[in-house]
Amino acid sequence: MAHCHGPVGLKNIPEGAKKIVLAGNPNTGKSVFFNYFTGLYVDVSNYPGTTLEISHGRFGSDVIIDTPGVYGISSFNDEERIARDIILSADMVISVVDAVHLERDLFLTQQVIDTGVSVIVALNMVDEAERQGLKIDVDLLSDLLGVPVVPTVAVQKRGLSEVKERLAGAKTGHMTPGLEPLISRLVDRVGSRGEALLVLEGDQLVAERHGLKPENMREEIYLKRRERVNDIVKHVLEESTEGASFGSLLGRWMIKPATGIPILALALYAMYYVIGVFIAGTVVGVTEETIMLEMYEPAVRGIVGRFIAEESVFGTILIGEFGLLTMTITYILGLLMPLVIGFYFFLSLFEDSGYLPRIATLVDRLLTGIGLNGRGVIPLILGFGCVTMATITTRLLGSDRERKIAVLLLGLTIPCSAQLGVIAGMLAGVGGWYVAIYALVIFTVLVMIGTVMNTLLPGKSSDLLIDLPPLRLPRLDNVLKKTGTKSYNFLKEAFPLFALGALIISVFQVTGILEFLQNLLAPLTVGWLKLPKEASTAFIMGIVRRDFGAAGLTDMALTPVQTIAALITITLFVPCIASILILFKERSKKEAVMIWGASWVVAFLVGGFVSQLQSAFGGDSDSLGALGIILAFFGMTLATVIACRLARREKPQGIAG
Amino acid sequence: MTMDRVRRGQSFKISSIPNELVRVQAIRFGIAEGEVVSCEEVVPAGPVVIRKNKQQIALGWRLARQIDIVMV
Repeated sequence: MAHCHGPVGLKNIPEGAKKIVLAGNPNTGKSVFFNYFTGLYVDVSNYPGTTLEISHGRFGSDVIIDTPGVYGISSFNDEERIARDIILSADMVISVVDAVHLERDLFLTQQVIDTGVSVIVALNMVDEAERQGLKIDVDLLSDLLGVPVVPTVAVQKRGLSEVKERLAGAKTGHMTPGLEPLISRLVDRVGSRGEALLVLEGDQLVAERHGLKPENMREEIYLKRRERVNDIVKHVLEESTEGASFGSLLGRWMIKPATGIPILALALYAMYYVIGVFIAGTVVGVTEETIMLEMYEPAVRGIVGRFIAEESVFGTILIGEFGLLTMTITYILGLLMPLVIGFYFFLSLFEDSGYLPRIATLVDRLLTGIGLNGRGVIPLILGFGCVTMATITTRLLGSDRERKIAVLLLGLTIPCSAQLGVIAGMLAGVGGWYVAIYALVIFTVLVMIGTVMNTLLPGKSSDLLIDLPPLRLPRLDNVLKKTGTKSYNFLKEAFPLFALGALIISVFQVTGILEFLQNLLAPLTVGWLKLPKEASTAFIMGIVRRDFGAAGLTDMALTPVQTIAALITITLFVPCIASILILFKERSKKEAVMIWGASWVVAFLVGGFVSQLQSAFGGDSDSLGALGIILAFFGMTLATVIACRLARREKPQGIAG
Repeated sequence: MTMDRVRRGQSFKISSIPNELVRVQAIRFGIAEGEVVSCEEVVPAGPVVIRKNKQQIALGWRLARQIDIVMV
């Protein structure tokens, strides 16, 4: 797999190998084809835009390249630009088409045909089309497009071998009528039909490559193409009447607030119960306590202890309190790994079922208040899996303004799966009011920061315009595979960072720096947050990764109030090193440094505020203090929202948009 | 009238989409000006979900307010 930034930088493509490119709309099952052809695993995703990594693999002496799912190669976002560059460099394209959505999908197929490349169409999910009462004349479709069409049901491996056999028969199809003379005019100057087409369609970058000005014919060509596609569909598709299936009914319930909010709450509760209660309690009890602490750690101490004294500097680093072989391994494998697997399992279910875009529709109006549209909920939800990955997916947002807001919210307020797992486990221990306080405080901080950003940033955010894919029962093998891959990636990413963190802490411990820092941070931790002095260690660990910090809190004896204050602080604390590195790359150094700095301030400010409010309002009464905290944060949010509304209204129209 | 005012189950013709970027994106989804579509769902004070054949698209409320339609 290769990261793709800008032009296709695919390595390891042997000379003379033909480039066979898989192209298709989101959710058409391209990845299943890719796996079949190459035997390699790729992320099979149901949400438009979760795979920005481009995969390619060997197929005999040729190469198969996967592309992100797109609706057209129009450079509307990074994915389309990546797909465009890969398709333009292709020797042959396998166009994967969802038989249920012919009208939508054939637009891309026709656009690819218009680039003049050889194409073969895999008409996928024909079984689902049949179930929905759609009958497609495959031979006629093939005649009209001018390229071979093979019906398939990829997930059941039906038709895949036929696609393989007929690959050599791929050919250049029939162009959209009226395009030929336009392309001929340009083709001598730019050297390829594909590039000529994109110059005509007003593609800035392709035009610049040839020192040309982009032409302004996009809409005219799109309309011609749409007309042709509609005409083809009219001829090949026969539809019988269909009743409302349970899937479409459920899909409708998911976006209506009256039913959608309870469904969302139920889904989130199920997630909390499975991860926070079952995995964090029962499973981790076995993996961390029994396996790691009772069996693994004594064993490794015994083995290493034979060669190095545990009290020596080396011994402390390897098998001490924060040892590389003890704490690091125990935390990662015993504590975090089960939690992370649980989260990725749920995320994969959400992605593969088509639920995510429906959540986006449900919450759209709410998110416009914080300068995002419904799509913004996708990176925020993915952030609960991994903030680093979610930061990358902010690319699918419509404007730079939205990306700025989303990455800030991600860096500041969204706890990643590993951290959330630990948090959920600790929250389950304190229960009741405290869970509500935690959720409310984090939520109100998110709303306040988003609202303020929406007011301060100039310009206007884009509106929601999103495709709702059909609801599908997720396939367990796909979900499990995906959970496996993502969890493995977590392990790969977290391990070195954890080891680094443990090393730093151990060195600090041996040299006495740890105690010095604990005393230095004491006014903050002890005075302001009202936590024991040792809590500083958790925050120092949290600089490396927040989950690492949260895990450090689990071993401490804290009162419920202290637990909440500590958890809120560590949640809002600085994004992990990996996230910051991605921020550097994706955004700018300035923005990354700003977010990092702001996290310190916001985390300690809010965490301390909760602690102080509790002692001011509650004294010894937990529920009174809790009520005070809830009212205070609610009041602050309301004040922020009203102030920002007024500020926006006072702005002149031109700026506020 | 504008699209934000349609109700569930109503069919209507899209007469104009003022924003060029939205217009070309809509063409790709199969929903061009002049197309007849139906309203699948309206989220109160939120997005309008329209449907053409099996294709469903959600449009933000502010966007729906800019799109002119004619009832059929």
